[in-house]
Amino acid sequence: MTGYILKRLLSAIPVLFGITLIVFLIMALVPGDPATAILGSYATPENVAKLNKELGLDAPMWQRYFIWLGNMLQGDFGQSFALNRPVLDEILERFSATLILAGTAFILCAVFGVAAGVISAANQYGAADKAITFVVLLGISIPSFFLGMMMVLLFAVNLRWLPVSGMVAIYGGSDLPDILKHLIMPALALAVVATGVVARLSRSAMLEVLRQDFIRTARAKGVHEGQVIWRHALRAAMVSIIPVLGIQAGFVLSGAVYIEMVFQWPGVGRMLIDAILKRDILLVQGGVVFVAACYVLFNIIVDVAQSMLDPRIKT
Amino acid sequence: MRSFFKLLFRNRLAAAGAVVMAVVALLALATPFLPLQDPDITKTADRFIRPFSEGHLLGTDHLGRDLLSRLMWGTRLSLAVGFAAAIAAAFIGSAIGIVAGYFGGRSDNIIMRIVDMLMAFPYILLALAIVAALGPGLMNALIAVAAVNVPFFARNIRGITVGIVHKEFIDAAKLAGLGHAKTILSEVLPNVMPVIIIAMSTTIGWMILETAGLSFLGLGSQPPQADLGSMLGEARSALIGNPHTSLVPGFMILVIVMAINLLGDGVRDALDPRLKSGALSRPMAATLVDRNRVPAPSANTNAILSINNLQTQFHVKDRVYKAVGGIDLDINPGECLGIIGESGSGKSVTALSIMGLVASPPGIITGGSVMYDRKDLVGAPYKTLRSYRGDKIAYIFQDPLATLHPLYKVGDQLAEAIRCHHDVPKSEAWASAVHLLKSVRIPNAESRAESFPHELSGGMRQRISIAMALANDPDIIIADEPTTALDVTVQAQILALLNDLRRERGLAIIFITHDFGVVAQLCDRVAVMYAGRIVETGETGNVLADPAHPYTKRLIACVPELGGGRRKLAAIPGLPPAVDKLPDGCAFADRCDKRRAECRSGDIQLRLSLGRPVRCLYPENAPAVRKSA
Amino acid sequence: MTLALRLDNLSKSFVVGKRLFGAPKGIVRAVHPVTLDVEKGETLGIVGESGCGKSTFARLLVGLIEPTTGSIEIDGQPLNNADPAAFGKKIQYVFQDPVSSINPRKTIRQIMVAPLKHLHGMDSAARTQRISEIFATVSLREEFLDRYPHEFSGGQAQRIGIARVLAAEAEILILDEPVSALDVSVQAQVLNLLADLKNKLNLTYLFISHDLAVVEAVSDRIAVLYFGSVVEIGRADDVFRAPRHPYTKLLADSAPVVGRPLTAPEGKETELPDPLNPPAGCAFRARCPRAIDRCIKEVPDLNGDNVQLAACFNPLDSLVHA
Repeated sequence: MTGYILKRLLSAIPVLFGITLIVFLIMALVPGDPATAILGSYATPENVAKLNKELGLDAPMWQRYFIWLGNMLQGDFGQSFALNRPVLDEILERFSATLILAGTAFILCAVFGVAAGVISAANQYGAADKAITFVVLLGISIPSFFLGMMMVLLFAVNLRWLPVSGMVAIYGGSDLPDILKHLIMPALALAVVATGVVARLSRSAMLEVLRQDFIRTARAKGVHEGQVIWRHALRAAMVSIIPVLGIQAGFVLSGAVYIEMVFQWPGVGRMLIDAILKRDILLVQGGVVFVAACYVLFNIIVDVAQSMLDPRIKT
Repeated sequence: MRSFFKLLFRNRLAAAGAVVMAVVALLALATPFLPLQDPDITKTADRFIRPFSEGHLLGTDHLGRDLLSRLMWGTRLSLAVGFAAAIAAAFIGSAIGIVAGYFGGRSDNIIMRIVDMLMAFPYILLALAIVAALGPGLMNALIAVAAVNVPFFARNIRGITVGIVHKEFIDAAKLAGLGHAKTILSEVLPNVMPVIIIAMSTTIGWMILETAGLSFLGLGSQPPQADLGSMLGEARSALIGNPHTSLVPGFMILVIVMAINLLGDGVRDALDPRLKSGALSRPMAATLVDRNRVPAPSANTNAILSINNLQTQFHVKDRVYKAVGGIDLDINPGECLGIIGESGSGKSVTALSIMGLVASPPGIITGGSVMYDRKDLVGAPYKTLRSYRGDKIAYIFQDPLATLHPLYKVGDQLAEAIRCHHDVPKSEAWASAVHLLKSVRIPNAESRAESFPHELSGGMRQRISIAMALANDPDIIIADEPTTALDVTVQAQILALLNDLRRERGLAIIFITHDFGVVAQLCDRVAVMYAGRIVETGETGNVLADPAHPYTKRLIACVPELGGGRRKLAAIPGLPPAVDKLPDGCAFADRCDKRRAECRSGDIQLRLSLGRPVRCLYPENAPAVRKSA
Repeated sequence: MTLALRLDNLSKSFVVGKRLFGAPKGIVRAVHPVTLDVEKGETLGIVGESGCGKSTFARLLVGLIEPTTGSIEIDGQPLNNADPAAFGKKIQYVFQDPVSSINPRKTIRQIMVAPLKHLHGMDSAARTQRISEIFATVSLREEFLDRYPHEFSGGQAQRIGIARVLAAEAEILILDEPVSALDVSVQAQVLNLLADLKNKLNLTYLFISHDLAVVEAVSDRIAVLYFGSVVEIGRADDVFRAPRHPYTKLLADSAPVVGRPLTAPEGKETELPDPLNPPAGCAFRARCPRAIDRCIKEVPDLNGDNVQLAACFNPLDSLVHA
C-alpha cells in the first residue's frame, strides 16, 4: 500500500509540472510585454525597466518559465502589485476560508448524494424515488449563484434567520457558532448541484449493481434484503461512485468562486476574480497553480481510497 | 431512426422538455422580428419599474431598460454561445479521443497525459486563466468554456473507442481490406456516435451554466451586450431592493437548463440499448406472484420437493413470454434429477422459480405451486422464503466470477452464508468456512480463505460456490449449468466432487444442463424440456437408450460423441419456437418428421409410454396413443 | 499433394508489466515454436483448454498479430504482416461469437459489401449478384440483407459470419470455436453447412475448439495444445482413441461420455503452471502420472512415427515405466 501511495505521488510530479507549464503558457497569451502587463496602470518606462531587471522579464520565455518555477519551488510566488504583499501569503490566507466552505459543501454532497441515490434505487419507481428525482433535477439545473441569491433573499432579508453575507460578523467574535451561521447558506447553495450529480450517479450505479449475478447469489444464500442493498450492493457501487466524488470535488471548488461572490465570502475565488479584473498577473498565476496542485493531491487521496476499496486494483 | 424518436417521445418528461426547448429556441430565433423595445436604450427615469406595469411586462432594470426585451435578447445570446461551445468541445474532443483510442500506443499515451493534466484543473481555474490572458469578453468566455470541456470529451470518447477497437468486427474489417481512415469513419464512428450524443446531452446544460457563470462574474459578455448571466450579475447589487431584476433572468436560465436536462435524459434513455428490452429495472427481493388458483398437491408423498403445474411468464412491454408453461416435477430425497434442454427451453427459469429468484420485473409466477416441507413456496411470505434460501435449498450458478462478490474475501462470503441463518460468532463461522473449503478439496484452505475471487481459477471458484451451497447442510442443491463454463478436465473433477458429496450427505440435486454425457454420468433421473414444458421424464439409462419423445431422440442423435469418429450429424431442421408466440398443439410439431394433423391442435398432455410420462401422441418405439375426444 | 499452409518455428511472446524505467516484469510465451504443415483440402482440428494459446495461435495465422519468431507460408508465399488485407483473399477467420463479430450499426448488406469492394474491387452490379449467390449457398434468405445484427439468432448470425468469409473467397478458413456459442441442435446445422462448403469449394479448415467430440467429428487430423505447445498431433481417428501423450489421455478420459461411470481421472490439483514463471522441462510434468526424471530437465519435442507425434519422453505406447 505504501508502495502504491509513493507511486501515485511520483506520478503526480509530471502532472504538477504540466500544470505550471499550462498556466505559464496561457498567461503568456496576454498581449504586450510581461512587465507592462504586470504593472498595469503603474507601467511607466522607469518601472518597466526596473521590473524587467528585478524579475528578469526581458529574458526569453523559456528562461522566464524556469525562473518563475524555481522561485515557486522555493516558496516565492512573487509579489502582488495590486495588494502589495507576497502572493503566497495572500493565497494561504484566502485558501483556508475557501477550504472551510468547499470542504463543508463536499461532505454534504457526498453524504446526502450517496444516501439519496441508494434510497432512490432501492425504492425504484416508488414515491421516494420520484420525489428525489424531481429535487435532483431542480438541483442540477439551477445556477448555484442564482440559488444563492434566492436564499439570501428568503432567509436573510425576508426571514432574517441568517446573516446576509461574509464569513464572520463584523462586530463581535469569530467563534464557531458565528462561523456556522454564516456558513450554512453558502455551503448549501454550493452543495446543491454536486449533490444532485452524485445522487443521480449513485442511483444508476446502484441499479447497475443490483442487476448483477452476485446480488442474486446473496439472495439465494438467504441474506436479508436490507443487507443485500447496504452491504453487498452499495459496497460494489462505491467503486464507481468514488471517482465521481473526486470529480465533483473539482466542481465544488469551481462553484465556490460564484458562491464567494454572492456571499462575499473571503475566499480564494473572489481573490482570483479581483486579480483578473485588476490584471494582477502574478497573483492569478500563483493562485491557479496553488489551487490546482491542491486538487491534484486530493485526487491522489481519492485514488488511494479507491484502491483500498477494490482489491482488483493492483497496488 | 424512427424507432429512436418513438422511444424518446414515449417518455413524457423528455417530450415536455423538448417542447419547452422548441418554444424557447423559436422565440430566440424570432427575437429580431418580435415587437420588443430596444434592449439597450437606457432611461434612468424609468429605473426599477415593477413587473406587470404599464408598458413593461416584466419591469425594468437599474438603467431603465425593458426587462422583457433584454430577457429575449439575453436568451438568444446565451443559447447561441452555449450551443456553440458544446459543439466545438464535442467535435474537437471526440476527434482527439478517437485518434488516441484507435491508434493506441505512444500517441495515445502522450495525448492522454496532456488530457490528464488539463483535467487536473478544477474547470473554473482553467477558464479563469484563459479569460485572464485573453481579456474579458463573450468570445473569450466561449473559447474558455469550450477548451475546458474538450478533455472531458476526449477522455470519454477515447475510453469507448478503446473498447470498440478490441471488438472482433474491427478485426473483420481489417481482414476485409479497409484502411485506417475508412475503418475509423465507417466502423468506429457509428458506434461511438451514440456516446458522443449522450455526452453532449449532459454537457450542453453545463456549458450554458458555465458561460452564464463567467458572464455573471463580469468576465463574459461586456456591456451593452448582455446574456442571461451578465443580467444576473448586474442585478446582484439591487437584490435586496428590487429582486425582480434577478428573478427574471435567473428563472429563465433554470427553465432552459431543466428542459435541456429532461430532453438529454430522454435521449440517453432512448439510445441505451438495454432500455429497448425493458431490462433497466432492478429485480425485487422475490419474484412476483399472480395466480388464479392454487393447484392440488401431488400424490407423491415421498417427494421432498414437489412442483405442480408451475407457470412463469415474462411481461415485457406488450409481449408475454411463457417461459415455463406448466411443469410437474417431484424430487425424492437423495436423488439427482437432471433437467436437460437448450436455450429457451425454460430450464433455468424453472430452477429460479422454485425459490422466487426470477428477476421481477419482468418475471411473474402465474400459476402452480412448489411444495416443500408442507408449505407452498410460491406466494410464501418473504420471511419464510428467506429462511429456506441457502439453509434448506441452496443454489450453484453458472459463472462463478460473476456470482461471487468481487470485493469480499471468499472466506467472508462463506461465513456470511452460515451467519445469516445461524447466530454464531464470527470466529466460529470463519473456522467453519475453512472446514468447508477443505471438504470441497481446496488445498491450503486457511490461506485460500483470505483470497478474493479474481485471484482464483475458474475451477477453484466453482468449488467455492459449491462450498457456499453446502454451508448449512441443505436438503436440496439446485445447480444451474455449473460446469458449462469450465474446461473439460476441471469439469470432470467438479462432477466427481458433486457426486461424492451427494452420496456422503444424502442431499438431492437438481442438475440443469444441455449435455447428455454429464446427465448420464451424474443423474438418476432426467427430465427433457422443450419450449417451456417437460416432454419426457424417466430414469436416465432408459431415456438415453430408448428415448420416447421425438425431440429427445433427435437431440441425442445430433450431438457428436467422443469415439464416434468423423461423420455427418443428423441435424434438427428449423428453430425452437419463440415462447411469446407458441403454436397450438405440440411445440415441436413444426420440426418433427412424424407430425400429423392432430399434433397441431389442443393441449398435448403427458401420457405414459413404456412406463414413463411423455408429451407426445406418437412416441417412438411404442404403440400410438389415440387422443381422447 | 499441395501444401495450403506451412508454419515454420512460429512463436509469439508477450511482454508483461512494462515499467517506465528498467526491464519489464516478465515475458509470457503464449505460443511456443510450432512447425506444422497443413495440406490443401484437409481439416486440421486444434484442441486445447483455457490458457493453451489457441486464440493467439489463430490470430497469428491470419496476420492480426505479428509473430515473435518464425514464418507462415500460405500457398507457397510468406505472409506479410504489414498488410492483413493482402492475405484476406487467401486466409480468413470465422469468429466465435457471431453477434459481436459483426458491427451492430451496419446492415447485413453493408457488411457483405465490404470485402467484395475492398478485396476484389467489384462494382455494384457484380456485388449484388455475388451476394445472392453466397446467400443461396449458406441458405440465408435475401430479405435478411436489410436487417441489423441484433435481429438474428445465434445460428443465423454465424451463417452471416460464414457468408462474409465466403465473400472474400479465401480458400483457407480459420474457424475459432465457430459453434461453441450455439445451441446443440443449431450446432449440428452449422457443422453440416461447413462440411458441405468444404466439399463444394475445396476449402482447407483449421478448426479450433475445446469440445473434443465436435473436433473429432469434423477433422482429418487433430493437434492438441497445452500451455502454448503442440503436445500431440495425429489422425483424428487415432488421437483420442489411442492417445500417446498423457495430456491427451487425460482430456479423453475427462469428457463426459454416456455409459462411462464417473471417476475423477486426476487426483491432484489441476492448476495450470504460472505463465510468468514456467516450470523447467515439460510443462505437464506436475500433473503427469508418467513423469520420469528426464521430464524435469528437458523440454520434449514432437517425436514418433510420421503419423502420430507426441511431445513426450514417456508416451503411452512406450515401454518405459514411471
